[in-house]
This record gives sequence, C-alpha cells and structure tokens, in this order.
Amino acid sequence: MTATTAIVGLGITDMGKIYDRSGADFAAEAVTQAVADAGLRKSDIDGLLVNGNLWPESQPTLQMTLGLEDLTLCSAMTAAGSTAGQLIQYATMAIEHGLASAIVLLFADVPLKRGVGSGAAYNMLDFWPMTGMSGLRLAWGEFGANPSYALAARRHMHLFGTTSDHFAAIAIGQRRWALMNPKAQIRKPLTLDEYHASRWVVEPLHLFDCCLVSNGAVAFVITSSERAADLRQPPVYVAGYGQGHPGDNQRRGRDPGVHTGAALSGPLALRSAGAALSDIDFLELYDCYTYTVLVTLEDYGFCAKGEGGEFVSDGKLAPGGSLPTNTGGGQLSSYYMWGFTPMSEAVIQMRGQAGDRQVPRNDLCLVSTQGGILNFHSTTILSKSR
Amino acid sequence: MAINPNGRPVPLPDDASAPFFDGARRGELMLQACGACGAWMWPVKPRCVECWSDSVHWRRASGRASVYSFAVMHGDFPGFVSPYVLATVETEEGVRFTTDLAGISPDQVHIGMPLTMVTEQLTPEVAIPGFRPVPA
Repeated sequence: MTATTAIVGLGITDMGKIYDRSGADFAAEAVTQAVADAGLRKSDIDGLLVNGNLWPESQPTLQMTLGLEDLTLCSAMTAAGSTAGQLIQYATMAIEHGLASAIVLLFADVPLKRGVGSGAAYNMLDFWPMTGMSGLRLAWGEFGANPSYALAARRHMHLFGTTSDHFAAIAIGQRRWALMNPKAQIRKPLTLDEYHASRWVVEPLHLFDCCLVSNGAVAFVITSSERAADLRQPPVYVAGYGQGHPGDNQRRGRDPGVHTGAALSGPLALRSAGAALSDIDFLELYDCYTYTVLVTLEDYGFCAKGEGGEFVSDGKLAPGGSLPTNTGGGQLSSYYMWGFTPMSEAVIQMRGQAGDRQVPRNDLCLVSTQGGILNFHSTTILSKSR
Repeated sequence: MAINPNGRPVPLPDDASAPFFDGARRGELMLQACGACGAWMWPVKPRCVECWSDSVHWRRASGRASVYSFAVMHGDFPGFVSPYVLATVETEEGVRFTTDLAGISPDQVHIGMPLTMVTEQLTPEVAIPGFRPVPA
C-alpha cells in the first residue's frame, strides 16, 4: 500500500506532577507546538480529533477553547487507551475522502492533583457508578485498574510459569531508554534489586510494573502524503493499520487476560502495510504495565503464546538489543498520555530526532495502543518512505 | 457514595438488579440465564449475549465456584484491611467475576481453590454474595 497520509507535526508539553496548569493550558501548548512544528499556521487546520479520556473537557468543544474556526472535521473519540490508533485511522480515511486536509489529534489530561497520590487519581471512588451490579466492583474491594491487570498477570504466571524477573526485565530495559529521554519523568537507573524491593501495588505487580500518571498533553498534525513532502519535518507515513476488540469473554473456556486484541489487529495492520513482522525495526507498545508489553509481544507473534517471559529476559528490548521497544521509556518511565505515549515516541524515532536513544534502523515501526482491561487494541505501522 | 459502618462502599440495588441482591440476602447466587440457549451471563445484560434472545431471566446458580486468578491488594482502601485477597472466580455455571475473599490469607489462596457462596450483609438493607473456601 502507498501511504496516503503522514504525521507531520508533534507537540509534547512538560509532563508529570505539574499542578498549576489546567488541561486546557496543556492542550493549547501541545497544539500550538504541533502546528508550528509542522510549519503550518492555525488557519491551515481544518480538523480536530480529541482523545476522550477522564478529563471532562476532552470534548469537541476544545475547538472553541483553542480558537479553531470553520473546521470540516471535529469529534472526540474514545476506545479507552487504544484511541490514538483509531484517531490516526479516522483522520487518514477523512483525508482520503476529502473531509479535511490538516487534522490535529490531541490528548490532554490532568489526573494529578496536589496532595493526592497517583493511585488515588485513578481509584474510581469519585466516579464509579454504585447503582445495581456495577456497584459490586467497589463493594468487593476492586479499586482502580491495577487489580484487573494483576489478575491477568497472575493467570499468565499460573499458565506459563512467567515470573516477576521477566516483568523486571521489561521495567529495567525501559528505564535504560528513559535515561536518554529528556522528556522522561523518571531518569534514574533501576536495578533488579530495586525492582524487587519496590512495594506491591497489587501483588503480583510491583510499583515498577505500573505506569506513571502524568499531567500534560501531546498533539499531532496529520495531512496528506503529497502535502507532507513540502512541510518542515521529515514525514512519518501512516503505512498500515488495524483494530482488534475481542469482546467481554470473561467466562469458562476463554482466557481474555492472556489473549489480547493484538492477535487480530496486528495481522490486519501488517497486511495493509504490505509488511511482515520481520520487517519491523522497532516497537512502541502500550505499556500500562510491564505485563501488557509481554502479552502484546506474544499476540503479535514475536514469540509463541506463553513464551513472552523467556523472550524478554535476554534484554533484547533494551538499548543495544535486537528488538528496540518503548525507546523513550514508555508509560512506565517517561510519561503516561495513554496511546499518545507510544505514538509520540514513534514519531520522534521515525524522524531520526531521538538523540542519544536513536534506534539504529527506523524504516518501519509498529505502534500498539491498547485499552480497557486488554479489551481494545489498535495497531499502526509507520514508515519512513511512502 | 453509600458506605457501611466499616467504610465499605455499598451498592444501590435497582429494579434491574433486585433479583440478584434479594438472592444474596437469602444466601442464593442469582444469575441471568437465557431461556432460549441456556447461556449464563454476568452482570445484567439486556439480551442474551450468545443468541440475542430477549428471554433472559434470573436463575438460581449453585453458589459453587473456584478461583480462576487472584491478586493481593496492598494500600489504603475504604472498608478493607490490607493486605486482602481479590479473586476472579468462575462459578460452576461458567461465568466469572472478581470479588474479595474475606478471611483467606494471601498465602492460602491458590488457583483452582473451590469456593462456596455465603451472604455478606453490608447494611441492614443491602446484602451481597461473599465467597469462602469449601471446608476440606
């Protein structure tokens, strides 16, 4: 397939425990940066797609907040953490069909409040519905998203002998990448001892198995491949994509926590890109937990189901390894902007602008965005050439 | 949010879920099942998730289940004393959901552990099912 669109603009704000700025302020900075980065002006933008999230203003009304006028495409979309892929796909199809020509994709969030821990930011007490059987979740002591990933990880450990050391290999490898990323929230080395000594969040997940929580924003500009050739930055072409949403099959005979939608979305994306798994130079995988990386690698077919632990344990994902993965530190060590974390790092690497952490080969990248409790999955293949 | 005297969140039964909560008070695990194809469901569904029949009704399940996976909660959570065990349980009928396992220490729980349902009275008005190991 010849790529019809390219990511041409990128904006990333400062990230992390920044309490004195509003979500709108972060959003405006990221969008302004992304449009300037592309070499475009505000008046060139005719589309806005917002990643709907827990921030109440993540709505199409951001058009007014940002002062964008006469758009011909505007929506907020959500498929939980997988949304970044869907936004790129929808934008690409919209551009192919002439609905818009230069579209801003935006993620902004401000879950952290001064004096409140990161865990509390997502513990659901403020918003989880207590009516009917939905209310059983908190009544039965399941607070936040951590337990469901811990339960999935434990199941994988039980079935396949996966260990904490396997998870640690992912956490430590990604931290090594983060040391070279000026935007990373955590830039200090992580040892295996420190990993094991870190507190349990929800056993079997240690603190360093869990992603950060960040205030901040990321924006992209996407346009047609023709137009991209004349803009400021090296175009990052959207070469292929696919989605996979297995459904709620938490019942006998199914193991939803150890099989993700990547098994569906990966082959679709590779086929649309006309590429094979072996053509992929580096990976940016959604990593809300170390376990997510491990199970996603299996479902793409980099190794067989159940062998993810062994596969990652030789450090091949880390700097210098044969399969560079989450090369900015990922959500575990850089910043947590849902699917915009892997997608933003992919754009930086594809452009060759990653500085000390630049991967040796960057012709083709696979970006995986994932949401819910391993419920929703989207795969995007980015290419340096059309 | 309604909480009980221990600070534990209390669900608010509504018309759609009343049979479940009424059953819990009687010591019965009530689940939805399809009148057409027999599929069991969790939680309340508008139609059968297998065959889309609208003849979904409440049936008494056996109350027997087993541990499908488990995790140990650490931290400060309202109404719970950490560390405590959470488990995804699979009922004899084949549906799964995640519940706390009160009174089981983390080093006792294991995948496959047989469980039986008991009534967990949260407030005088609201009961929910709880799960305990089947005595050996």
